[in-house]
Amino acid sequence: MKEINDLNLPDNLKYTDDHEWADTSGDVVTIGINDYAQDQLGEIVFVELPEVGDTFSKGDEFGSVESVKAVSEIYIPISGEVVGINEDLEDAPELVNESCYEGGWLIKVKPEDTAELDGLMDKAAYLAMLKG
Amino acid sequence: MDQRPGTSGLIFNEPQLWDKSRKGRCGISLPRSDVERSEMDSSLTGDAPDLPQLCEMDVVRHYTRLSQWNFGVDSGMYPLGSCTMKYNPKTNEVQAARQGLAGAHPLSGDQFSQGALKLMYNLEQFLAQITGFDAVTLQPAAGAHGELAGMLMIHAYHAKNGRQRSKIIIPDTAHGTNPASASLCGYESVNIKSGPDGILEPSAVSAVMDEDTAGIMVTNPNTLGLFESNIKEIAQIVHAKGGLVYGDGANMNAIMGIVKPGEIGIDVLHLNLHKTFSTPHGGGGPGSGPVGVVKALEPFLPVPRVEKNLDTYAFVNDCPDSIGRLHTFYGHFGIMIRAYAYILSMGGKGLTDASKLAVLNANYVKESLKGTLNLPYDKPCMHECVFNDAIQQQNHITTMDMAKRLLDYGFHPPTVYFPLVVDGAFMVEPTETESKEYIDQFIYAVKAIAKEARNTPEKLKNAPVMTKVTRLDEVSAARKPCLRG
Repeated sequence: MKEINDLNLPDNLKYTDDHEWADTSGDVVTIGINDYAQDQLGEIVFVELPEVGDTFSKGDEFGSVESVKAVSEIYIPISGEVVGINEDLEDAPELVNESCYEGGWLIKVKPEDTAELDGLMDKAAYLAMLKG
Repeated sequence: MDQRPGTSGLIFNEPQLWDKSRKGRCGISLPRSDVERSEMDSSLTGDAPDLPQLCEMDVVRHYTRLSQWNFGVDSGMYPLGSCTMKYNPKTNEVQAARQGLAGAHPLSGDQFSQGALKLMYNLEQFLAQITGFDAVTLQPAAGAHGELAGMLMIHAYHAKNGRQRSKIIIPDTAHGTNPASASLCGYESVNIKSGPDGILEPSAVSAVMDEDTAGIMVTNPNTLGLFESNIKEIAQIVHAKGGLVYGDGANMNAIMGIVKPGEIGIDVLHLNLHKTFSTPHGGGGPGSGPVGVVKALEPFLPVPRVEKNLDTYAFVNDCPDSIGRLHTFYGHFGIMIRAYAYILSMGGKGLTDASKLAVLNANYVKESLKGTLNLPYDKPCMHECVFNDAIQQQNHITTMDMAKRLLDYGFHPPTVYFPLVVDGAFMVEPTETESKEYIDQFIYAVKAIAKEARNTPEKLKNAPVMTKVTRLDEVSAARKPCLRG
């Protein structure tokens, strides 16, 4: 498994306590699990996602990722409506391991309250949280 | 001295029965019919089932060879934590095969089934006595089914009281099936974390317990193998708000004869006869998950109930508040016979001693391997102990690698990566039926493997090498399952 200093954590993304990432640069927020999460889980064999049109409140469980070791829930970083899901993951769940920020994104959400985005961590704050 | 039980030997390949099939080959020979052939109505006939054509020896060798690839508690130690893979005494099988029991028919009616009904009634009484509950049902087919039965009764209890509730509290050290059982009753799980020493703190429960919460599901001892010592206080908090306490009794093997769950605030509890009461577990036969309840929940037990009037026994269906029937006929009767045989042959003192030895054995393993493996919760354990791979990670060796290498040493691996509260968990439950000699062999094997992890880690990465099949590609199997032969 990777050392904390070896993790790939892009500067332009926001992070959560539960190791999700969120790309908040556009009107629609793209969400996935970060390098730390995919590395800890090990080889991912199945990804369960919600349906387009589902709505969630911040912190709700919106799906799960199954690795050889365990099934883990994934939590939504912001409230809103799902407007896109990564359908490629159905046949190629390994994309989450190989490319967690590009080909392995999970869902796109139209945020209900953009003020919630301010509560997410930047890279420095997330790294500080990981190091405890 | 190398005292590992595992060694190499000649193992036979064996194709599938379809590949052995040869047209016209047959295992029986019937005499030529001396009765004139009579054609049946075409509506009653059809194509014969398509079965492989084999002689008796083909079939005997097939299954004998498959059995030789297998590993069971009859071949070696099977320390699968949370599963209680104890030895199944052969007397259980002798009793279950007795003609009067094996030949009993579920449609014979009460008057011709008095012996079977008496056995069920007595087994319910024994289990009630062991657990401290007022009544027991034997109907659920296994542990998770017992959980569902228990949760349905909690649901029925709240409905009867006139106000249904919407939530249930489930700690992170509960068994994994608990949230599923609660969801099937329409309850939303409220997850709470155990405290820093691995057990539940009353404050965590009181923070979330309210009058919309149906109750709490507690596994005690929990999946870290630790006794929930705050259980009485937790039960009081839940009861004060009108909730009920569900106890997962899967770990009853640690406290049988020592603690009665019915006396520490638990309202409903399932047992696993295939764990605690030595009936076959996993692939060896069906399970059985009896449920014990306090007086207030008795009206909700599944039907039919077994009742005794003077010296006769009868099935009773007239229970208007019952959650109904959960299984065809009366549950897995053959398994009840085995558990009954076990209880009678052990006796009260024997059952208590079994729990004491199960706990002693687990603590012996824990103390012996502490330092060799990392022990996240270093305190006296119950019937199982949970290590992890934090020390071996320095050499990039994981719990999975060590588990696979244990196969080469002749042991079934322990439970791995569960419970989730321990990262890289390696969960050992030796059970009371392993002698000190066998347990010492296991300890020796784990120590030898830890040494290999430091000096020759490739041996672990490639393990197992002595088994019929070596390391399987579990990732491809899960990602691209091949579901047809």
